[in-house]
Amino acid sequence: MTTIARPRPRAAGHARGRQVKRWSARLAWTVLVWVAAIAFFLPVLWMVLTAFKPETAAYSYPPKFTFSPTLSEFRTVFSRGIGPYLENSVFATLVSTVLVLLLALPASYALSISPVGKWRDSLFFFISTKMLPIVAAIVPIYIVARDVHLLDNVYALVLLYAGMNLPIAVWMLRSFMLEVPGEVLEAARIDGAGLFREITRVIMPIIMPGIAASALICIIFAWNEFFFAVNLTSTVAATMPVFLVGFITSEGLFWAQLSAAATVASVPIIIIGWIAQKQLVRGLSMGALK
Amino acid sequence: MTVVEQVARRTHRARRITPSAPPARRRWARRLPLLPALIYMIVITQIPFIVTLWYSLQNWNLTSNAKAKFTGLSNYASVFTNANYRSSLLVSVEMTAVAVIVSMLLAVALALLLNQKVLGRGFARTLLITPFLIMPVASALLWKTTMLDPTYGLVNWLLSPFGVHHVAWLSSHPLGSIIAVLIWRWTPFMTLIVLAGLQGQPLDVLEAARVDGAGAFVIFRRMIFPHLRPYIELGTLLGSIYIVNTFDEVYSMTQGGPGTSTTNMPYYLYEQAFQAYNIGGAAALGVITVIIVMIIASFALRLIASVFRFEEAVG
Repeated sequence: MTTIARPRPRAAGHARGRQVKRWSARLAWTVLVWVAAIAFFLPVLWMVLTAFKPETAAYSYPPKFTFSPTLSEFRTVFSRGIGPYLENSVFATLVSTVLVLLLALPASYALSISPVGKWRDSLFFFISTKMLPIVAAIVPIYIVARDVHLLDNVYALVLLYAGMNLPIAVWMLRSFMLEVPGEVLEAARIDGAGLFREITRVIMPIIMPGIAASALICIIFAWNEFFFAVNLTSTVAATMPVFLVGFITSEGLFWAQLSAAATVASVPIIIIGWIAQKQLVRGLSMGALK
Repeated sequence: MTVVEQVARRTHRARRITPSAPPARRRWARRLPLLPALIYMIVITQIPFIVTLWYSLQNWNLTSNAKAKFTGLSNYASVFTNANYRSSLLVSVEMTAVAVIVSMLLAVALALLLNQKVLGRGFARTLLITPFLIMPVASALLWKTTMLDPTYGLVNWLLSPFGVHHVAWLSSHPLGSIIAVLIWRWTPFMTLIVLAGLQGQPLDVLEAARVDGAGAFVIFRRMIFPHLRPYIELGTLLGSIYIVNTFDEVYSMTQGGPGTSTTNMPYYLYEQAFQAYNIGGAAALGVITVIIVMIIASFALRLIASVFRFEEAVG
């Protein structure tokens, strides 16, 4: 019961011996799980620790795990003008996510509750666009953006991030809408509820968690996006990842400062991801897995 | 989109969805909510690709004032004859293959571990998925500096008991370092997919096999693995599609160097387009990338169709 990999001792052994064995196996599994989890988490932990170090403590061998924490690097980062980058990131992320939901909610309704004729084709069209490599489209996108004066404009990012996340949102929202029981919809219709009431009173309350989960997934992907941001923006509309790569050339040697900036850029999204982790699989497999 | 249609045909009919050929006006009323999203996606994804195809047939450099000139397939010819193009293709293949295979092996192991009843399983899982959530540019820069630095890096310190001293990872093993970071980022993603598969397997069947005296290895090979197979395939295919497009790590950690040792296709395309302003050449490379990815994607779509059918039948 405790393990899959351990065969149950079938010979007529002592019950107590078996129990000891079972407990020691469980302990071994626990230790292994925790070693793996900490190994994967270590670079993130190290980022946060380094962010609170004074610059001199960041450069030390052996690495320092104890030090007197300071906020001075965060202050430096904010005085270096991280503000506009943060604003652009927040704006591009939130506006694109709202746009995605506005487009995806009616679309997923037309692919689940009130389906169009060729709903399967449409569904697979959406998912296939997600598989096309973004790099291959950058040349025409750059030239069009240049010609319509959207270069270094945050709205260019809004439009592209919406396109990037729309298929995921359609698939996710559709899988949530399929869970609205047909009987409930029918009962509402028999009671004379119009389309508007049906949507606001019956469907929306049921799919609300789905809307939240889809929005969180869209926020994660839009916030972390770098390729469009670095190629289509320069000074006015640049986002957080672009701010961070500024460290490659100019201040690459300030580790504590870099860690503080990386922490500011990452921690909000990490927390959102932790909250949405149950829905993450659904989003990442385009709704195929639950 | 022939692949899409093929896949879509094979998809199982959902139980509740039985459209009974309503009159044309009602059909359009039904389509109305779908149209904005559909048109948006067509405009934003399909048109750029058609334009890319057109550019790829032209000799067009943004640095010269000369107008674009139609040159047929010569950009494609240079993709296949130019050593740099070919080397970027090889780097992409090596990067993707190694990262996907190692991540998947680790993911199966981790998923089996996480499926046990261990103390603090939820919390361990939360820690484990963090590499996938952190901003890739941020983690790549930190790997480059605080983790892999030859003098002060955490990795060399952790490995010092094993006789590793002050290895300059990024200059002596540039591609290996990037692949390691990719494995770190993508293993959590694949673990989540494999874990979703594991949790769909009824435990009483495994318990019955164990009572019947089947060993752990036999149970894994004969029962767990066959059940996991579609999930492993799905994770591998989706992972390949995402990892082929790796750009953030290359840009942040090595800028394609030293030399061209870490220049993969996306980074080479970026260099061609935004440093050499060779629009025609970059477009040709883009078209080839699309073809390669679409081959992988056609398998992925087929698989999603089958997994999807399974899920819908159960749910």
